[in-house]
Amino acid sequence: MRFTDTQRLLERNVAPLGGMSRIFRNLHLDGPLLGGLIAICCFGLVVLYSAVSGSRDLWVQQLIRLGVGLLALLFVAQLPPDLMRRWTPWGYLLGLGLLSLVLIRGDIGQGAQRWLDIGIRFQPSEIMKLAVPMMAAWYLHDRQLPPRFAQLLLIGALIVVPAYMIAVQPDLGTALLIAAAGVIVVVLAGMSYRLMIGLAIAAIPGAIVLWNFMQDYQRQRVLTLLDPDSDPLGAGYNIIQSKIAIGSGGLFGKGWTNGSQSQLEFLPERDTDFIFAVLAEEFGLLGVLSLLILYMFVVARGMYIASQAGDTFSRLIAGSISLTFFVYVFVNTAMVSGLVPVVGVPLPLVSFGGTSMVTLMAGFGILMSIHSHRKLLPH
Amino acid sequence: MSLLSPIKDHYSERRLFVSRVLLSIVVGTLLLGVVVARLVQLQIIEYEHFAEQAQGNRLRIQAIPPTRGLIFDRNGRVLAENVPTYQLELIPEQVPDIDDTLRRLDELGLIDEEDIPRIKQASREGPRFKPVTLRFRLQEEEIANFAIRRPRFPGVDFQPRLVRHYPHGEYTAHAVGYVGAISVEDLKRLDEAAYAGTVHTGKTGAELANEDSLHGDPGYRQIVTNARGREVAVDTRDPSNAIPEGELPVPGLNVYLSIDLDLQVVATDLLRGKRGSVVAIDPNNGEVLALVSSPSFDPNVFPLGMTRTEFNALQFNLDQPLFNRAVRGTYPPGSTIKPMLSLAALETGATNLTRRTLCRGFYTLPGSTHRYRDWRPEGHGEVDLHDAIAESCDVYFYEISRDIGIEAMHDYLTRFGLGSTSGIDISGEMHGLVPSREWKRQAFRERADQVWFPGETVIASIGQGYMLATPLQLANSTATLAMRGHRFRPRLAVAIEEPVSGERRLLPPHALPDVGIENEFYWESVLGAMHDVLQGETGTARATGRGAPYTMAGKSGTAQVFSVAQEAEYEEEEVEERLRDHALFIAFAPVEEPKIAVAVVIENGSSGSRIAAPIARAIMDKYLGY
Repeated sequence: MRFTDTQRLLERNVAPLGGMSRIFRNLHLDGPLLGGLIAICCFGLVVLYSAVSGSRDLWVQQLIRLGVGLLALLFVAQLPPDLMRRWTPWGYLLGLGLLSLVLIRGDIGQGAQRWLDIGIRFQPSEIMKLAVPMMAAWYLHDRQLPPRFAQLLLIGALIVVPAYMIAVQPDLGTALLIAAAGVIVVVLAGMSYRLMIGLAIAAIPGAIVLWNFMQDYQRQRVLTLLDPDSDPLGAGYNIIQSKIAIGSGGLFGKGWTNGSQSQLEFLPERDTDFIFAVLAEEFGLLGVLSLLILYMFVVARGMYIASQAGDTFSRLIAGSISLTFFVYVFVNTAMVSGLVPVVGVPLPLVSFGGTSMVTLMAGFGILMSIHSHRKLLPH
Repeated sequence: MSLLSPIKDHYSERRLFVSRVLLSIVVGTLLLGVVVARLVQLQIIEYEHFAEQAQGNRLRIQAIPPTRGLIFDRNGRVLAENVPTYQLELIPEQVPDIDDTLRRLDELGLIDEEDIPRIKQASREGPRFKPVTLRFRLQEEEIANFAIRRPRFPGVDFQPRLVRHYPHGEYTAHAVGYVGAISVEDLKRLDEAAYAGTVHTGKTGAELANEDSLHGDPGYRQIVTNARGREVAVDTRDPSNAIPEGELPVPGLNVYLSIDLDLQVVATDLLRGKRGSVVAIDPNNGEVLALVSSPSFDPNVFPLGMTRTEFNALQFNLDQPLFNRAVRGTYPPGSTIKPMLSLAALETGATNLTRRTLCRGFYTLPGSTHRYRDWRPEGHGEVDLHDAIAESCDVYFYEISRDIGIEAMHDYLTRFGLGSTSGIDISGEMHGLVPSREWKRQAFRERADQVWFPGETVIASIGQGYMLATPLQLANSTATLAMRGHRFRPRLAVAIEEPVSGERRLLPPHALPDVGIENEFYWESVLGAMHDVLQGETGTARATGRGAPYTMAGKSGTAQVFSVAQEAEYEEEEVEERLRDHALFIAFAPVEEPKIAVAVVIENGSSGSRIAAPIARAIMDKYLGY
């Protein structure tokens, strides 16, 4: 490498880049990732418009949430990864504290308790979606990888404690996703294949324990998945109607706002968890594949950012956020098309919903921060 | 950080990371492949199946109920029709405050306070867009009264609809019957698909018996509904929204009954204030000319629905207005069976026309002191068969009863149709009872009770004891007498008319096997004696037959409601009204060429010849045009 090249590389911040690129760089944003996210959001808004049957209020509400999410992204992107890493334990402890608060409140009130009212209604489990993988990455940051077994046990505890607290709210779906985010960090950190296979085998008795731990409605969901026709008007109704919606969409779909399953209210929760079925019905397989390609682009860009990251923490957290995003997409689409039980996971960036949108965007803000703050280290 | 901790090897760490990224790419691709494969399966391979299911979801068949056929009497006068009425309805989702709305409607007198809990329940339980009926029939002034206040009652409105109406009300209630709301019981019998949009079904009488003809076939239209069944508007110009054609309903057939409305009215009025029944039959074909059960009721309350109080008033009325005495009331036939028994006795040789018996007012079986009384305590003197019928001498029949025997009695009375249902097209008919040895063996559990006693034959000969008959059976057996043994199944429906084309199909009479008594002379003798009951010098009902411009024949009967103890004097005035004897009379006219046979039963009427016979006469007069 000649000096001038090195010089230019080091001076990249001030290098004569294109105007647009300079704006992105100054705002610590990543153009391709942002483009992918905005494309998904736009697609989502189009589908949502149909899913809420043209209710302008709900649609505008979603638009506002997207705006707030983008602001969160922009804000997080300005925070250097080092700063975030140093704050991570405090964020994790804050999340645990809020979760305890929810549990205590839940004991006083009755039934499901997921919300905290602090001016706006807010679910502490959302903090944990980012705090758990960040905590795991923080712990592994300055340790030699691959992690040793004892370290894995400690990380396991860091993951299981909040996941358990969320599972008893009860919100099994979110608990599993948070655990998955943590586990992804460990896998990316280089947990041995032997241990992974061992854990997979251990998961069988674990599943039995989990079954006993489930609420009746959750067991019902699993049983219904295996045979939806056993209860066509009860628990199986959602899956049956959703399969009809998807299947009847065919290759090209019935056309925007023309889905009979969606528009005539046969499809339940069509603006939230089952919005994927609306998309499939109205835009057909081609529409679905288009959205999946956008999602995969975002995941791929995220993984690229992770692979370019300069330090362990950044690398692990970027990889975890990207892969967790993939898990969301997979679980939601698999659930709506009847492959896995209905666990209440929204389709990211498309489903109507509040705090999860902000959390997602904040996660992508971390990715952008990692990408834009990276130091050029010699290999 | 401890100095002893190993130094991080960034290069190998990165390599490890890249291998893990590759792992996740492999796993991710597999998972994504599963989802895509699933989508291809649903959207491409099974597309047809799901497309059909989606269409089935979207379209709902809405039945259009047919218009019920009309019912006419034999002269084409309407007995049952469909009239437009206005009903008050409430659509729950459009009513801001149901409690307040109902309270204000109650203040206006538009709804019944009793109905409020029912309305509230209905509006809570049904779909919120489905109208709940508040009141069935609104009067003209009520419609006007509500119309000016309508703006103050959002979600409440009146709707026109056809309701069954019986213009002659109580006069035809038991013959025509009525329709009412379809019950769970009805649904076991009815084809649910055919009744999908129908609210009412025939409950009794001709309405029930001719349900298949009257109902018609429902039409349907296909509507687009949402998941909760609410009809939604679609843009039908878009071919993908095209709704398949429906089908118009086929109206029910009109039914003509053999009932003569004038006769029915006369008979009903004659029975007013009494409990009893009149059945008149055309002996030539079994057509029922009049079928009256008294007291009657207004059948119009059934299609409109009524409050529980109103229903209980009908249901638990001591006089049982809903009870169709004509086909369900069973009474001891008393002396009205004497003509039939006479024929049996002649045919079996148990007696002959010249046999004479001295009637001293009672009869004792050989070797017994029990006295079987004659209705006339002083006796009839010496009587032959003719006198025994005309004057209704019980002793004569007591005597010949032993020669006939219970088995032959049972045989011949059965041939006249007693003891079994007549097969009339009204449901719920009772079969009455003609006792026999066999019957008694079956009917009693105790061995001692199963034995047939000679005394039971004696009282059976005057239609007492176990014997029971319905007014319809009595009328039909009288028609058989009038026809010298030719029998027909009694019936109400005589013609079915297609309402649009006016094409009419006559229902042929249904002849039954003859009684099987061939000797003309026997018939003439017995019928002659029956003629003298009314128009002879000593007949029990000669006061009734006096001055008639046509010939008639009849027989009175007085049936004991309870047994009079031996030696006790029968004091009519002292017996409580409901314990008095039933009064019966059977008659037909003209004797030579019978046109009408009639049976009259007046519960606790005391005397067949004094109370029931004039009613029979009045009915025959009316029918024969005098």
